Amino acid sequence: MDCYTANWNPLGDSAFYRKYELYSMDWDLKEELRDCLVAAAPYGGPIALLRNPWRKEKAASVRPVLDIYSASGMPLASLLWKSGPVVSLGWSAEEELLCVQEDGVVLVYGLHGDFRRHFSMGNEVLQNRVLDARIFHTEFGSGVAILTGAHRFTLSANVGDLKLRRMPEVPGLQSAPSCWTTLCQDRVAHILLAVGPDLYLLDHATCSTVTPPGLAPGVSSFLQMAVSFTYRHLALFTDTGYIWMGTASLKEKLCEFNCNIRAPPKQMVWCSRPRSKERAVVVAWEKRLMVVGDAPESIQFVLDEDSYLVPELDGVRIFSRSIHEFLHEVPVASEEIFKIASMAPGALLLEAQKEYEKESQKADEYLREIQELGQLTQAVQQCIEAAGHEHRPDMQKSLLRAASFGKCFLDRFPPDGFVRMCQDLRVLNAIRDYHIGIPLTYSQYKQLTIQVLLDRLVLRRLYPLAIQICEYLRLPEVQGVSRILAHWACYKVQQKDVSDEDVARAINQKLGDTPGVSYSDIAARAYGCGRTELAIKLLEYEPRSGEQVPLLLKMKRSKLALSKAIESGDTDLVFTVLLHLKNELNRGDFFMTLRNQPMALSLYRQFCKHQELETLKDLYNQDDNHQELGSFHIRASYAAEEATEDQMRLLRLQRRLEDELGGQFLDLSLHDTVTTLILGGHNKRAEQLARDFRIPDKRLWWLKLTALADLEDWEELEKFSKSKKSPIGYLPFVEICMKQHNKYEAKKYASRVGPEQKVKALLLVGDVAQAADVAIERRNEAELSLVLSHCTGATDGATADKIQRARAQAQKK
Amino acid sequence: MAAHLSYGRVNLNVLREAVRRELREFLDKCAGSKAIVWDEYLTGPFGLIAQYSLLKEHEVEKMFTLKGSRLPAADVKNIIFFVRPRLELMDIIAENVLSEDRRGPARDFHILFVPRRSLLCEQRLKDLGVLGSFIHREEYSLDLIPFDGDLLSMESEGAFKECYLESDQTSLYHAAKGLMTLQALYGTIPQIFGKGECARQVANMMIRMKREFTGSQNSVFPVFDNLLLLDRNVDLLTPLATQLTYEGLIDEIYGIQNSYVKLPPEKFAPKKQGDGGKDLPTEAKKLQLNSAEELYAEIRDKNFNAVGSVLSKKAKVISAAFEERHNAKTVGEIKQFVSQLPHMQAARGSLANHTSIAELIKDVTTSEDFFDKLTVEQEFMSGIDTDKVNGYIEDCIAQKHSLIKVLRLVCLQSVCNSGLKQKVLDYYKREILQTYGYEHILTLHNLEKAGLLKPQMGGRNNYPTIRKTLRLWMDDVNEQNPTDISYVYSGYAPLSVRLAQLLSRPGWRSIEEVLRILPGPHFEERQPLPTGLQKKRQPGENRITLIFFLGGVTFAEVAALRFLSQLEDGGTEYVIATTKLMNGATWIESLMEKPV
Repeated sequence: MDCYTANWNPLGDSAFYRKYELYSMDWDLKEELRDCLVAAAPYGGPIALLRNPWRKEKAASVRPVLDIYSASGMPLASLLWKSGPVVSLGWSAEEELLCVQEDGVVLVYGLHGDFRRHFSMGNEVLQNRVLDARIFHTEFGSGVAILTGAHRFTLSANVGDLKLRRMPEVPGLQSAPSCWTTLCQDRVAHILLAVGPDLYLLDHATCSTVTPPGLAPGVSSFLQMAVSFTYRHLALFTDTGYIWMGTASLKEKLCEFNCNIRAPPKQMVWCSRPRSKERAVVVAWEKRLMVVGDAPESIQFVLDEDSYLVPELDGVRIFSRSIHEFLHEVPVASEEIFKIASMAPGALLLEAQKEYEKESQKADEYLREIQELGQLTQAVQQCIEAAGHEHRPDMQKSLLRAASFGKCFLDRFPPDGFVRMCQDLRVLNAIRDYHIGIPLTYSQYKQLTIQVLLDRLVLRRLYPLAIQICEYLRLPEVQGVSRILAHWACYKVQQKDVSDEDVARAINQKLGDTPGVSYSDIAARAYGCGRTELAIKLLEYEPRSGEQVPLLLKMKRSKLALSKAIESGDTDLVFTVLLHLKNELNRGDFFMTLRNQPMALSLYRQFCKHQELETLKDLYNQDDNHQELGSFHIRASYAAEEATEDQMRLLRLQRRLEDELGGQFLDLSLHDTVTTLILGGHNKRAEQLARDFRIPDKRLWWLKLTALADLEDWEELEKFSKSKKSPIGYLPFVEICMKQHNKYEAKKYASRVGPEQKVKALLLVGDVAQAADVAIERRNEAELSLVLSHCTGATDGATADKIQRARAQAQKK
Repeated sequence: MAAHLSYGRVNLNVLREAVRRELREFLDKCAGSKAIVWDEYLTGPFGLIAQYSLLKEHEVEKMFTLKGSRLPAADVKNIIFFVRPRLELMDIIAENVLSEDRRGPARDFHILFVPRRSLLCEQRLKDLGVLGSFIHREEYSLDLIPFDGDLLSMESEGAFKECYLESDQTSLYHAAKGLMTLQALYGTIPQIFGKGECARQVANMMIRMKREFTGSQNSVFPVFDNLLLLDRNVDLLTPLATQLTYEGLIDEIYGIQNSYVKLPPEKFAPKKQGDGGKDLPTEAKKLQLNSAEELYAEIRDKNFNAVGSVLSKKAKVISAAFEERHNAKTVGEIKQFVSQLPHMQAARGSLANHTSIAELIKDVTTSEDFFDKLTVEQEFMSGIDTDKVNGYIEDCIAQKHSLIKVLRLVCLQSVCNSGLKQKVLDYYKREILQTYGYEHILTLHNLEKAGLLKPQMGGRNNYPTIRKTLRLWMDDVNEQNPTDISYVYSGYAPLSVRLAQLLSRPGWRSIEEVLRILPGPHFEERQPLPTGLQKKRQPGENRITLIFFLGGVTFAEVAALRFLSQLEDGGTEYVIATTKLMNGATWIESLMEKPV
């Protein structure tokens, strides 16, 4: 154990730095790294190498090869570069490779060398060529910054949503800046550049000169600058071998260091971590690596080989032809535990556990010591945390074992922290494996989140591992397994050598009805690859019509879309398809399609009724639907069908009546026309009309009765009543007279009312006594009570008695 | 505030709270002061969900009715349109947005589609060039609105017409969606029964939608045991007959809308001395009718003839209670009396209201014409003289009684005779057209298409078979203390409710033959439950059936179902859902072709 801290190097009083091996590289590089354009993605991402033949003066005779490797050097892709000269390479946050060409075109490749898309950085860039380019990451995504041959900058802060911004000119700039970088402050990307002894800051509107506070005098040029991973800090390397470190806002100096090396460094990057004790910068020259910070001495390493630095959230990765290492500040928990002669609770607990394994009583002594100080909880937590920061599984295990041992002596220690750490480490060890080659540290993993990690595994087509992780971590299916299966399916549909049937079957077999799998997304992908038939087959498995239909429309399978929409019962969807079809097909075909889909047809009819009346007519014509066509015409103007024959006759008649008699007849119903005639005294005409239209006698009588009563033409009414026997009886006559308050006339008819209704009639005219007589005569119980209910006041007292007597008599019998 | 919704076996307040929450969430999305522009049709149903106070709490300061041209001025940050997804409304909205004053302060526009967002409408907005103006475009799935502790309605007026006349299933789709929402809140309903074409479609959609949501396993313990889906066209008869329950008659005579009724004010004038009746109120008296009112809950479902005795009994109880004050001697007794006072006064107010309503109704029901109409209806329903032209109907036409009344009677006769003889049908049609005008030919055509008024097919009248098998006509009806659902129509037992009753006991297998005569398929579907959610019924615990009337339901049918729920040995309690609460008049009206 004494040697465990052998690779720890102190920087100043407070911090240690250690460098350990991640992988010995699996690649078999033919050329030196220095001859290549190199890009390595952060978070243990892939490495791209493009041997740069354009740097040499003469034109290349052979096409260069673009190679992509995992962080462990496993080849992922290799392709011949057939496009123009490349100035710079970089990885986006989605692990897409951005290749910036000299002409300002940016080509985007996937992790497996699959071409995705390209975009241009604008005309100005095209004209002046690209001198230098940087790919940088912001919270919105990945950006590209370009320095053109005219010494102007153009940048786009997010390549996903390309908005080009041309930065203002630096006044009097004649030559390329000696160094430059992108800064990100207040969510805006800036450019910091150094020209001779001056520093300029460009934002989208202005160019301002800036001076780092406390910069040592005598600087005539800046050779290198570096921004920290989180854009918080800036380091400047000057031609005097002096390094200034401060905040990126250039408002505050943190420290400075003079390394006395005037040679321009190959690379300079920050090496810090969240909650770092020390801010340090790693500077690399050809053969030398130096870690400098706020300390009089620096840490120096010798580089045996040409190496490349990759800044990470919590350290720096350094890879060369043969080895891949990680350099970082030793985390607090590890320092506490492993520092020589440490008496921290974690350190004691680790000792105690080791002694316990040796079956030594010392274990007890150590434990007591911790417990007496009441630090056992802290000790356990320290061990758990330190385990997370260890790279070697044996060290992780011994720390976890110590934590587990300590836990036994604690009441109610919440187990989740321990369990989660075990799970996390298991995942981390799995992905750090050399075959997978994602050397994430615990901090990076937490920052990246499991979701993104799963995405990255999916990107590497490591579907089984991703699924195993999901299952191991028991992630909900929708976020976990389903999503991965869906990605797998999307990949599967791109396998052009497999037939549509086989792909569809294979996908359905694996996915089945797994909840949360969107078959329409997979189908969309298949369609994107030009496999429409496969897409249709896949859509068959999609249960959500809302997803199915729009894609079918996009694929121009409108008729299929129509039947799917109808199946779903969602009329809105049906309408959407219909309107789409209407624009797509000529009218005849469109109507034919509708004919085969009755439900769609009726919906479309409704739509037309409200929106396009003319189309409706055509629709009925097409269908030979005379009935509806007739209705349509009636709606519009009135004219068709059998009943309307009568109506036309009536209209003609009404027009004639208007001409001859004056007044308003048009638009009246037949009934009202006859009534109007009677009211106007044209009885002959009225009767003629009634005959012509075969108005039934009963209704004619009602009609005449009402009209004459309205006129209060009692004479004519009486004449009418005697014209023949009334088909409606005489009670209506009584009623209508009473309605007009003419009791005198009413009484005339009351006597003529038939026996059945006589009582009613007599009561109406107020002849209670006679009504009682009739009721008694008819021995009708209901009528008797009716009369009785009409007996009011003293006048009817006698009548009431009479009825009561009759009732009593009837009961006796 | 909506406590009456939680009185039933199923707490429908849960649904109300869920939709209120959704509304609040949407309002909070649009930060700052707001004005709501209403599609007028929605204000009624929304009133049952959220009062103005709720909107006000969420910074709604102004409310407008959606209409053309420019929006009224309002100093608010957000303008929200609450609309049904209809194209004609989109045109108005676009007009509003386009005529917005550019110089004025910029305002944010939002749309809330009720109950469903529509691609079609959004396309229209896009074509009109205003789609981009809306920041939030969302849907508010207000499908089923709780009306009472056991009653839900979609209040979709055109549902019947759309389904049976225009083969437009939109409202069926919404019904299915509404049922899915209900299942999300009250658990999967293990058994679905149905009768009719539309019922079949709704069930299919539900099964389909369930498949779409396979991701989220419903883990709510099921509240409902069964769902019964019934097409209105399985029972076209019931709504045509005049309802004779108290609530039914209020609806028949005055019309109940969104649980409110407007009554002539005269009867409700406050009786003050020395007023001389000078200032009688002229504005209609508006009353809310639901089971929150104790007295109304008691009498609403009674046959109107049994209401009077209840009211007089109540009157005695209340005046006796007020008399109590003379017996109160000690301070404690007086205090107790005073504490009961508000409740007693409310009861007295409620009694006064219902006595007035009962008087109003009695004026109608004792009229001769009402009696004659009822006699004819009852003759038809008991199968007397349905095959020839009816004299009373003739007289009604001749006297130009309201067309709706005439159509209702003719349709009733047609339905009770499985269609009219061609000669009779032609006669009625001619009479109606000659009297009311030829334009009504479209309405007659609609009624024919809906199966309400049609020629008899194959010369066979199936109605007697149906009537006898289902015992639709009961001669010995007890209106005061009913023993059978037939009391709601004083003799006629609503077919729809009889079907529900027979389904619960002894099951539909016993009436296969009649089911075959009635239109549309009958079916049964099961929705398997995970074992943990299967119900173990306590002995004596009633089953709960959700019965959904596709195309509308009448208050009398609701009353009949409530009667079944209350039967001691009934074994089943019902929660009723429908596309629309309706009666014969509103139903026929919805089928009438409006002049363009």
